Amino acid sequence: MTAIDARFAKVAGAVRPARAKVFLALTGLLLLSAILSLAIGPTGVSLQSLPRALAATAGFAADSAAERDRLVLIDLRLPRTLLAAFVGAALATSGAMMQGLFRNPLADPGLIGVSSGAALAAIATIVLGHGIAAPLIAPLGIYALPIAAFFGGLITTITLVAIAARRGRLSVGTLLLAGIALGALAGSLGGFLAYASDDRDLRDLTLWSMGSLSGASWQKVFAVLPFAAAICLAVPHLVRGLNGFLLGESEAMHLGIDTERTKRITIATTAAAVGAAVAVAGVIGFVGLVAPHVMRLISGPDHRVVLPGSAILGATLVIVADIIARMAIRPAELPIGIVLALVGAPVFLHLVLRRGIGGGE
Amino acid sequence: MLEARSVSVVAGSKRLIDGVSLAITPGRLTAVIGPNGAGKSTLLRVLAGELKPSEGAVFLDDTDLRKVPVGRLAARRSVVAQSTTLSFPFTVLEVVMLGATVPGFGIRDCAAADAAREALDAVGLAEFETRMLNELSGGERQRVHIARALCQLATAPRQQAETAAILLDEPTASLDLKHQCDVLALIKAQAEMGRAVMLVIHDLNLAAAFADEIVLMAAGRIAGKGKPHDLLNEDLLSHTFGCRLRVVTSEDGGRLVLPSAITGKAIMGAAAE
Repeated sequence: MTAIDARFAKVAGAVRPARAKVFLALTGLLLLSAILSLAIGPTGVSLQSLPRALAATAGFAADSAAERDRLVLIDLRLPRTLLAAFVGAALATSGAMMQGLFRNPLADPGLIGVSSGAALAAIATIVLGHGIAAPLIAPLGIYALPIAAFFGGLITTITLVAIAARRGRLSVGTLLLAGIALGALAGSLGGFLAYASDDRDLRDLTLWSMGSLSGASWQKVFAVLPFAAAICLAVPHLVRGLNGFLLGESEAMHLGIDTERTKRITIATTAAAVGAAVAVAGVIGFVGLVAPHVMRLISGPDHRVVLPGSAILGATLVIVADIIARMAIRPAELPIGIVLALVGAPVFLHLVLRRGIGGGE
Repeated sequence: MLEARSVSVVAGSKRLIDGVSLAITPGRLTAVIGPNGAGKSTLLRVLAGELKPSEGAVFLDDTDLRKVPVGRLAARRSVVAQSTTLSFPFTVLEVVMLGATVPGFGIRDCAAADAAREALDAVGLAEFETRMLNELSGGERQRVHIARALCQLATAPRQQAETAAILLDEPTASLDLKHQCDVLALIKAQAEMGRAVMLVIHDLNLAAAFADEIVLMAAGRIAGKGKPHDLLNEDLLSHTFGCRLRVVTSEDGGRLVLPSAITGKAIMGAAAE
């Protein structure tokens, strides 16, 4: 470490904690929550059964107890934990990106209608999937839902930007109000589709109203993998651009940032992340609002820390919320959206009152 | 080095600027003055490459600005906007460092921090680096943004022959008298270092004291340009600003522009001596 490095670390450390420490702590929390999520469940199968379950997976142990352990640990809890992590990471990263782009701490995909748009597309895919749209949807297989939700989210976001953009500047007030209106519109259309659907579809559809991970399967894990990969590829290209946007769009351009490209990639990435998350878990609010806020309070608004940090924190949040969702009233399950709002809203209020949000203006 | 050639900007049916040609040259401080709505800020934004001209073109060393990649442009010119609001709380050092973290610059954080400190030192805010920007006064914030612009030019990779420009939109608007003079002296020093400096300014006396060249704008056109001594005459200014102005000459030959409402006997007496 050179003298300059040391001096920077010292002064930066006076205000912000070292990045390595932050990431180490966050990753530790994520691993801990993932292990808990594997170990805890209403069936009472514990982690001690893991070797037996693995043996059963490999085909060595064939007795019924081992088969049951394999089913619970490998086929139920593991994909559920992985999906919870993906959903949390995707929603939190989307929230952080939208807040950076729209320059407003309230831009949460659930709040501004992007999730509702994605959910409407997913609902339409289910209801119309064995009706008029079958020839279109059937060939897509397991990817039909995430792809539909992606386009639903994308169309909602583009509509939002078109409504809120005035003379090249996004009006944040218009954005939020238009988002609420679009969310309500998507919700009512979704309600109409649900009303028009049959009983079997209706069970699937309840998932989208409050969010749930109860339908987790390896198939769904594979369905979101390409989306997860796309987000991981896009984020490193966005961090500096979004940092420039923190000063304003004109200022970002002055700083040498291709603002149009940044906007396009951010909107597409957000739609992909929200679409895939909604497709597997329904509308889950709050994660995209709180995880980025907590990250900014910990280490400042630099997106190089906020984006990956929010992903890890969001994954942890949803995993923990899902553990509570399946244990609180077992053998029944709470919708995860309720758990997150119940646990998260007070925390969020506390943060707002203690430190203030936004603060720049 | 930055040159607008017959540039017009049309918004709806209104011509914000109309057939303006202006070159800003290295080593000189060009001050743009004029009444509100004359198109001063629009001209600055066109020269900065932020607004695309409806007619005409802006050239950077004879290359059309539309063909200069935004990252290359950032290495050649920095901009201090009229008002910049932050959407999330940043420390002063972090804001100034944003000037050095242009994607194409390839500057590491430690080098950026060092350049940022130097820039903060130049604007007299060396002690402020760990403060939150939103806790500072308006004048202090303005100086932080000037430091960010300096930091951008200081860290940008440039060939030896390539000069840099700095464009400022009313940088002294929210400053007290001491800091107005400090900031203008700092900007003047940038020009003396060989940079092309352009600023939009309302205070005609500060413009007269510091500028090498003054450009007077009115209704989207250039109404006059020249050395402060030549340009600042009563008839031209009174006509352009639409109010009676007096121009008095100080002892050292500098020009002083005063609205006739405040030219009391004392000042007129001083000028007569």
